[in-house]
Amino acid sequence: MSTDDTVLALRGVVKTFPGVKALNGVDFTLRKGEIHALLGENGAGKSTLIKVMTGVYRRNGGIIALDGTEIHPANTGDAQDLGISTVYQEVNLLPNLTVAQNVFLEREPKRFGIIDWRRMNREARELLLGYDLDIDVTAPLNSYSVAVQQLIAIARGVSMSAKVLILDEPTASLDAEEVASLFNIMRDLRDRGIGIVFVTHFLDQVYAVCDRITILRNGTLVGEYEAATLSQQDLVSHMLGKELEKAVHEKVGQAEAQTRETLFELNQGSSDVLEPLDISVCAGQVVGLAGLLGSGRTELCKLVFGVDELSQGDAKLNNQSIRFSNTRQAVVAGLGLCPEDRKKDGILGPMSIRENMIMALQNKRGWWRYIPMKKQRELAEHYVKVLKIATSDIEKPINQLSGGNQQKVILARWLAAEPKLMLLDEPTRGIDVGAHAEIIQLIRKLCDDGLGLLVASSELEELVEFADKVVVMRDRRKVAELSGSDISQQTIMQAIAGQS
Amino acid sequence: MNKKFLPLYVTSSLFVLLFLVGSVQFENFGTLRVFMNLFTDNAFLIIAAIGMTFVILSGGIDLSVGSTIALSGVIISVLLRDYGWHPIPAFAFVLVLGTLFGAAMGAIIHFYQLQPFIVTLAGMFFARGLSSVVSEESVPITHMFYDNVAMFGFELPGGAWLGSSTIIALVVLGLAIWLANFTRFGGRVYGIGGDAQSAALMGVPIARTTISVYALSSFFAALSGIVFSFYTFSGYSLAAVGVELDAIAAVVIGGTLLTGGYGYVVGTLFGVLIMGVVQTYISFDGTLSSWWTKIVIGLLLFVFIALQRYLVRRGTKA
Amino acid sequence: MRYKDLSPAVRRSLWPIIGLFVLLLANVLISPEFFSIEIKDGRFYGSLIDVMNRAAPVALLAIGMTLVIATGGVDLSVGSVMAIAGAVSAGLIVGGVDNIAIVIGGGLLAGVAAGFVNGFLVGYFGIQPIVATLILMVAGRGIAQLINSGQIVTFHHEAFEYLGVGYLFGLPFPIILVIITFVLVQLLMRRTALGLFVEGVGANASASHYIGINDKLIKLMVYCVSGLCAAVAGMIAAADIGGSDANNAGLWLELDAILAVVIGGASLMGGRFSVFLSIIGALIIQALTITIILSGVPPKFNLLIKAAAIIVILLLQSPEFHRQIARFKKAGGAQS
Ligand SMILES: Nc1ncnc2c1ncn2[C@@H]1O[C@H](COP(=O)(O)OP(=O)(O)OP(=O)(O)O)[C@@H](O)[C@H]1O
Ligand SMILES: [Mg+2]
Repeated sequence: MSTDDTVLALRGVVKTFPGVKALNGVDFTLRKGEIHALLGENGAGKSTLIKVMTGVYRRNGGIIALDGTEIHPANTGDAQDLGISTVYQEVNLLPNLTVAQNVFLEREPKRFGIIDWRRMNREARELLLGYDLDIDVTAPLNSYSVAVQQLIAIARGVSMSAKVLILDEPTASLDAEEVASLFNIMRDLRDRGIGIVFVTHFLDQVYAVCDRITILRNGTLVGEYEAATLSQQDLVSHMLGKELEKAVHEKVGQAEAQTRETLFELNQGSSDVLEPLDISVCAGQVVGLAGLLGSGRTELCKLVFGVDELSQGDAKLNNQSIRFSNTRQAVVAGLGLCPEDRKKDGILGPMSIRENMIMALQNKRGWWRYIPMKKQRELAEHYVKVLKIATSDIEKPINQLSGGNQQKVILARWLAAEPKLMLLDEPTRGIDVGAHAEIIQLIRKLCDDGLGLLVASSELEELVEFADKVVVMRDRRKVAELSGSDISQQTIMQAIAGQS
Repeated sequence: MNKKFLPLYVTSSLFVLLFLVGSVQFENFGTLRVFMNLFTDNAFLIIAAIGMTFVILSGGIDLSVGSTIALSGVIISVLLRDYGWHPIPAFAFVLVLGTLFGAAMGAIIHFYQLQPFIVTLAGMFFARGLSSVVSEESVPITHMFYDNVAMFGFELPGGAWLGSSTIIALVVLGLAIWLANFTRFGGRVYGIGGDAQSAALMGVPIARTTISVYALSSFFAALSGIVFSFYTFSGYSLAAVGVELDAIAAVVIGGTLLTGGYGYVVGTLFGVLIMGVVQTYISFDGTLSSWWTKIVIGLLLFVFIALQRYLVRRGTKA
Repeated sequence: MRYKDLSPAVRRSLWPIIGLFVLLLANVLISPEFFSIEIKDGRFYGSLIDVMNRAAPVALLAIGMTLVIATGGVDLSVGSVMAIAGAVSAGLIVGGVDNIAIVIGGGLLAGVAAGFVNGFLVGYFGIQPIVATLILMVAGRGIAQLINSGQIVTFHHEAFEYLGVGYLFGLPFPIILVIITFVLVQLLMRRTALGLFVEGVGANASASHYIGINDKLIKLMVYCVSGLCAAVAGMIAAADIGGSDANNAGLWLELDAILAVVIGGASLMGGRFSVFLSIIGALIIQALTITIILSGVPPKFNLLIKAAAIIVILLLQSPEFHRQIARFKKAGGAQS
C-alpha cells in the first residue's frame, strides 16, 4: 500500500484515554511533497492523532513508520530530531521568553559554548521578515497579539521542518492576507519535498492548498480522498456522517428594527482604549462586530460587559442607565459574555462539565441559594443533548473535552443563566462545520426568543449569514454600520479596509 | 532602557537608597568596610538564594535548603572528627551527596507529578532528620585547613576585607549568570517556568531540566553549608533553621516572580544585600528590641514588594 | 470492582483513609491496648482520644488552610497568628478582663484581622500568596512578642482554660471545637454555593471573574476563615499550657497544616477540596507521631520516619505510581 514516496505511515493506531477511545485503529499515509488535509468534527481525534505522531502521547497500539522504519518518539524533542516539526493547536509558545528565543528554543546558535545572542536575534529577524513581520525580536512574546504569535509559531515550525511539517489549525486567528502568505510558504515547502499535514475547519482553505484529504470521525478513519475529485458536499457528509442542513433566516430589516424596543444602548461610550462610539442592540436582533484582530472588538465587548470601565458617555439597558462596578452586577442585570480566549478566560479546567455549566446561573442567584443537585444534573444533561456535546459523562472535567466541545459548554453556561443581552467574542473559532451550523442556528433561535446578541467574529461569511446589523471597527473606533440588505462580505471588507 | 530589566533597576536603586539612608544617619555606615561585610556575613545566604532562584524561575520552590545546609555541616564535621578525613574530600563528598539529594527530589517531583512545595518539605524533614541521626549535638571543627581558609583573603582600602566566603559567593554568582542567561539550560529553566506544557511541546526535555534544577539548588545549598561552616567552625543539626525562608524572601525582593519564568540571578544578590543592610541598620541603631526587628523586616518585605509592583507597573505603562 | 473503575472522587478519598487505618493498625500491633477506651467519671480516656486531642490544633488550621489552598493560595502565617491570638487573650486576662466572651472575642478578632490583611494583600493587591503570608509569618511573631513584651505570659482563668483542658460529652473540648468548626464550614461551603465559587476561583480566577464571581472577595473570605481557625487553635494552645509563649506557640505548625491538606488529597494548584479529608490528614500526622513513640525508636529518627511516610503517602496518591505498579505487575506476570 505504501509507495516509495511515503514519508510517514500510520497503521492501526490506537489511543485510549480513561473512558474514551480517542483513536480506534487509524491509518494515515503522508507522501513526500504533498499537503495533506486531516479533517473531522470537533473531537474526531485530529489533535490526538498528531500528538501520537509527535510523541506527546504514547500510542496504545499500531505502527508509526518514518521513511519505512518504525519510530517510537517519547517526546516532541525526539520527534523534532527525527525531522517532524509541529505547530500545535492554540499557540504553544513561551510567553515570557523573547521572540527570538521562542523561534530558536532547543537549537540556539552557540559560539564558544555560550549562546550567541546577536546571531540568534539577527537570524530570527530575517526569518520573520519572510512572513512580513517586522518586529522587535528581543521583546517578550506576550507583548504581541495572538495573530503575530501564531505567525511566529508557524515560522518556528517551518524553519525546523526537515521531513514532515504538521500544522494543527494554524489559521484560526489569521486574516486573509496572512493566510495567503502562509499558503505560499506551504506550497514552497511542498515543492521542496516536505510532507505537510494540515488541520483546519475552513473547507475553502482545504481546497485552496491541499492535494489529498483524510477524514476522521469518532476516532475512526472514514477514508482517504484526492482533493480534486471530492466535492465539498461529499466532504461535509463524510465528516458529519450526514447531510448538513443550512439555516435559513429572514433578516430583520431597518424598518422592522425601528418598531422593536431597544434593549441596549451605548451613547458616545469610551474606555481607556476605545474612541467614543454609539451602538444599539434591539431585542431579538443580532449585531455583528467586524474588524481585524486588534481593531477593538474584544475591548468593546469588555466595555459593554463592565470588565473595563466606561470613562465617558453612558450605557442603557432597557432604557435604564447602567454602570457596573463588578462583573456580577452585569450578570445579574442580564448580560453574559463568552470571552475570546477560551483556555485563559473561559473554562474552569479541572471542574466538571456540570459545574462549568451551572456556574453563571448560580452566580446570578447568589451564593445563598444553592441550586439543588438534581436540578444541576437536569440542566447539564439538557444542554449536553441540545448542543450535541460529545461526552460520555457530565461529571467529566471540561479540560478533557476537545476545543469545540468546550466552547459549546461555555455557551451552555450562559444560556442556562438566561441573559437578556449576550456578548459572544469569536464564538465559532475552532469549531467544525457541523457544530458551526448548529451554533449559528442556536444564535438565531435565541434571537427569536427575544435575546439581544452582540457577536464579534473575524469570519465575514458567518456575519453575513446571521447578523441583522454589522458594526465595523478599525483602529479602536467604529468606522461603519451596515444593516439589512447592505450586509455582504464585500461591503464589510471595504469598510474594514477603509474604502467606502 | 530595556523594560525587561525594570525590576532589576528598581531593586538595585532601592539597595543604594537604603545604604545612603544608613550612611547619612550613622557615622561609619557608608564605608567600603560595611559594604564588604554585607558580603562576608551573607555569603552562605547568597549562595543558597542563587540556587533557589533557579528553582523559582522554573516555577518550583525548594524548602529543603536550610536543612541541607545543616546536613552538610554535620557530615563534614563528623567526617573530620571521627573519621579523620581531610576537609577537601569531605567537601567533595557533601557536594556529591547534596546534588544526588536534589536530583532525587526533582525526579520524584517530575515522574510522579507531585507538588514541589510538599516534596521539598519532605526533603526538609529528611535532611534535618538525617542530620540529627548523624549527630544530635554540635560537633566542633578543628583543622588547620579551616583556619587557613578562614584567614585567607585580601585587604582592601579602608580596612575592608575580601575573604574566602565572599570570593566563593562571587564565583557562584558569575557561574549562575552564565548558566541562566548564556546556556541552553537557562533558556529551558525560564521556559518551563513560563509554561511547562508549551515548553514540552516545543521539545524541551522537561524531566532532565526539572531534575537538574533541584540538583543545582541542593548542590548550592551543600556549598552554602560548607561556607557556613567557615563561620561557625562546627556542624550542628539545628543550624540554619528557616534559611529557606530568607532565601525565598531574597529572591522575591530581588524581583523574581514566584510563579516562575521572570527574574534575574543578579536581582537575588541585591535581595540578600537589602536584607543585610536592614540588619546592619538595626545593629547600628542598637535600640530596637528583637521583636521590633521581626516586625520591621516584615514591613520592609511588604514595602519592597508594594513599591516594586508600583514602579514596575508605572514603568510598563509609560 | 477494580481500582481503576472507581470514580476519581472515591479514589482520592480512599488513600488518606487507608493510610490512617494502616497507621492505627500498626499502633495496635505495637501496643495492643491502643484501641481500648476507658470511661472514668463520664470521660473517655485512651490513646485514640489522645491522638484526636493532640491533632486538634493542626486539624483546625487544616480546615482553614483547605479553603485557602482550594483558591490556589497558601497561608504561611497561621503559626504566627496562633501566637498572636494566644497573646491577645492572655493579655486581656492579665489585664484584668474576666468576661470570657471578651477574652475569646479578642483572640478571634485578632485572627480575623490577620486573615483580612492576608486576604487583602492576595485578593486586592495581587501579591503572590506565599509572599503575602510570609510577611505576616515573620512580622506576626514579632507582634505577638510585642504584645507579651517579650515575656512568657502565664494566667489563670478557669473558663478560658476550659478551651484547652475541658471536657464536653466525655470528650476533650478541643475535639468538640474541631467538630463544631468542621460542621460550620461544611454547612457554609456545601449547603450554599460558596464551596463551588471557591473551587471555581481556584480552578481559574480569570474565568471566574468573567462569570461574575467576585474572586477578590472570595479570596479575602478564605483568608479570614483561615485566620479565624488559627485564632481558635492559638487559644487552645494557650489555654492548654495556661500561658502565652510568643516564640513557640504554633511554631512550624503551618507546615503540618499544609501537609495535612495535601495528604488529604488536595492540589496546591487550587480547585477541588475536601475539609473532611484534610482532617483525616491531620489525624494521620498525629497518629504517625504516636506510632513512632510507641515503637520505641529513638526520637532522633522522628523526622526521618516522618519524611519517609509523607513520601509514601504522596506516592500512593500519584496516578503515575499506580501505572508503574500495574506495568510492573504485568511484566512480572508475563515472566512467571
Ligand atoms: N487528555 C485527554 N484526556 C481525556 N480525553 C481526551 C484528552 N484529550 C482528548 N481527549 C478526548 O479525545 C477525543 C479527541 O479529541 P481531539 O482533541 O483529538 O479532537 P479534535 O479532532 O482535535 O477536535 P477539535 O477540532 O475540537 O480540535 C475527544 O473526545 C476528547 O474528549
Ligand atoms: Mg484539535
